[in-house]
Amino acid sequence: MSDAPRRPSPEPREAMEVDVVIVGAGPAGLAAAIRLKQLEPDTNVVVLEKGSEVGAHILSGAVIDPAGLDALLPDWRDEEASLGTPVTDDRFLYLGPAGALRLPNLVMPPLMSNHGNLIVSLGQVCRWLAGRAEALGVEIYPGFPATELLHDDQGRVTGVATGDMGVARDGAPKATFTRGMELRARYTLLGEGARGSLAGQAIALFNLDAEADPPKFGLGLKEMWQVAPEHHRPGRVQHTFGWPLGAGTGGGSFIYHLADDNRVAVGFVVHLDYANPYLSPFEEFQRFKTHPAIRPLFEGGRRIAYGARALTEGGWQSVPKLAFPGGALIGCAAGLLNVPRLKGTHNAMFSGMLAAEHVRDALAAGRAHDELADLDPALRAGPVGRDLRRVRNVKPLWSRYGLFGGITLGGLDMWANTLGFSPFGTLRHRCADHAALKPAAACTPIAYPKPDGALTFDRLSSVQLANVHHEEDQPVHLHVADDDLQRTSEHGVFAGPSVRYCPAAVYEWLPPDAGGSDPAPRFAINAANCVHCKTCDIKDPNRNITWVPPEGGGGPNYGAM
Amino acid sequence: MNILVPVKRVVDYTVKVSVKPDGSGVDLAHVKMSMNPFDEIAVEEALRLREAGKAEAVTVVSIGPPAVQETLRSGLALGADRAVHIATDAAAEPLAVAKLLKALVERESPLLVLMGKQAIDDDSNQTGQMLAALLGWGQGTFASKLAIGDGTIEVTREVDGGLQTVELKLPAVATTDLRLNEPRYASLPNIMKAKRKPLEEIAAADFGVDLTPRLKVVTTEPPPARAGGGKVADVAELVAKLKDEARVL
Repeated sequence: MSDAPRRPSPEPREAMEVDVVIVGAGPAGLAAAIRLKQLEPDTNVVVLEKGSEVGAHILSGAVIDPAGLDALLPDWRDEEASLGTPVTDDRFLYLGPAGALRLPNLVMPPLMSNHGNLIVSLGQVCRWLAGRAEALGVEIYPGFPATELLHDDQGRVTGVATGDMGVARDGAPKATFTRGMELRARYTLLGEGARGSLAGQAIALFNLDAEADPPKFGLGLKEMWQVAPEHHRPGRVQHTFGWPLGAGTGGGSFIYHLADDNRVAVGFVVHLDYANPYLSPFEEFQRFKTHPAIRPLFEGGRRIAYGARALTEGGWQSVPKLAFPGGALIGCAAGLLNVPRLKGTHNAMFSGMLAAEHVRDALAAGRAHDELADLDPALRAGPVGRDLRRVRNVKPLWSRYGLFGGITLGGLDMWANTLGFSPFGTLRHRCADHAALKPAAACTPIAYPKPDGALTFDRLSSVQLANVHHEEDQPVHLHVADDDLQRTSEHGVFAGPSVRYCPAAVYEWLPPDAGGSDPAPRFAINAANCVHCKTCDIKDPNRNITWVPPEGGGGPNYGAM
Repeated sequence: MNILVPVKRVVDYTVKVSVKPDGSGVDLAHVKMSMNPFDEIAVEEALRLREAGKAEAVTVVSIGPPAVQETLRSGLALGADRAVHIATDAAAEPLAVAKLLKALVERESPLLVLMGKQAIDDDSNQTGQMLAALLGWGQGTFASKLAIGDGTIEVTREVDGGLQTVELKLPAVATTDLRLNEPRYASLPNIMKAKRKPLEEIAAADFGVDLTPRLKVVTTEPPPARAGGGKVADVAELVAKLKDEARVL
């Protein structure tokens, strides 16, 4: 059930004045921090990260376009071997229920080519970036989520505050209670990734999305495997679309062979504008691995890690205004992922660097807490805008025309954009993802096969491999605004999709208490399982669930994911 | 009185470790590391003794590669006054650690060495005992309560079936058990301040202690996977299974 409202703590907070505070030690935040220090070494930059260490919460495929690294730290190539594996073999498959069809690389639009790209663990890339940032004097504090925006009397953002620690489930301070801290900054950059909680507040407060289409998201699930050596092909990248998803549901898989330890990253993305509340992205992923063209890769292998994270899919049309009074959104807090390329790291870094450059100019002019007015036009005119603009119709086409029409038209559109025009102009995203669900009565339940424990698994054994840890005695960090609405609508009308969209078994609908007076089913929230993917905040049909950061350091520990 | 708290950098307790395919040990690549939880309890207790006026200063010490300085900074962020890093790239075994600590104790002259009863990675439960023996000091292990008297310390020990209280002459070695206290959080301001606290680095070689391993790991195996359960039709079948298969009746 929803928790008691958090009691405002009467204790004053310690405060520190800095030039720039950055929320989130991902590629965007770290690139911004590094760029600020490169431009003006005396800038005082603090980065807050909610994960227990840098990289603990970041989850991506990942094949990255090194353009961002090239621009920020051109000498990264000296360390290429430790950062990733160059792509040497790029495959794109369509899966039917029993067979697979490989698309010739020649028909693929050139921008889809992975030549020159790098297979990495994004967590490791972030740890490497963090090392470089710290060497430049950036202060990075993992384990401290920013939970509040600070404002001045004009409503401008003047920094952030970290959350209190040692608060009991009912909101009361425990013996270990530790008050949060205020970081008062001349400029605040929000790089929390997809569906950031402070970014959400800033977007609402400053109407940043007034001229943008609704944001669009996907849920990405990923496993790391150690495969039998005879199946390991370092440098191979394979994407599929089609089975097990039906023609009306967007998504697809990735399989990336890393260089060392016979490791293979396998993942599956389901677009969160799916309609059938009975659909389970987690189980679609598990089922995908059983396809005859996929299964042999994992025979004799061992799953070593698991994770899940929402990703942004809205692209060009959905990017809100970045700049607000006192700061800016950067990276996927603004939604800069290129959907058909399945890449966002380069754009995240470019946006962080660009924001840093505008902040530097403002600081140099003695300004503070105002709006970086030139940032948005610069983003749209620069490499990020160019990258997103030419693929802007792919996702709307997929949503409108389903798998075959969408991919064919999307491919044609990307070819046309390569030549400098689009036959479609700019198509709009029609609805937010939560509004795409249909009532259960209008949909068919889906029978998923039982996990076999070797190739396919259940949620709980998977979450174990995400190394999730939360302090148990703390307020539930998934806020349900209206319990009755959850019962009557989420359960009554939509048959409880939270049980299926959540990749970490956080939500359960339990039968009514035996012998209790309340005959209604009970909504249980196992908040300690949460992998911080944010899907509930996106997909709940009534927008009745709000994700807020739990106590610092809680959440998954993704290690080499 | 000064308190010396040895702390070890270990795999974080939240991590589900995996054994290397060749069985040579646990895979530590890209795994989150943090302070051994029993050592964290020792740091907390030392801080409480200092805050209660029973001790003047708390020094944390760790042995290992440069990365252990992170663990030392965690100890400083909790509130320790200074840190000593005994630098070595060798994987020190309990006896070597005890000998290095003995050498440091002779330099630092603390009245109390307070340390975790064991590290959660190798579960050796040896270093505190070895150190006390090498120093010729009294030892109070598995402490769930400490009380400092006049030149003495009372240690309440968690033993099989109950509690045992021993009184030791100071200086002494005490090792901490889980119930001694609940460590505080390192607050952000304190983490910031910890960056400026003194951290001294000494090469392990300067102590002239032989770090050559004396133990050999023969094999490391993960625990067997749990076999799945089964459903029984009735009580009679359950009883039969308990008798014949589980042999518990």
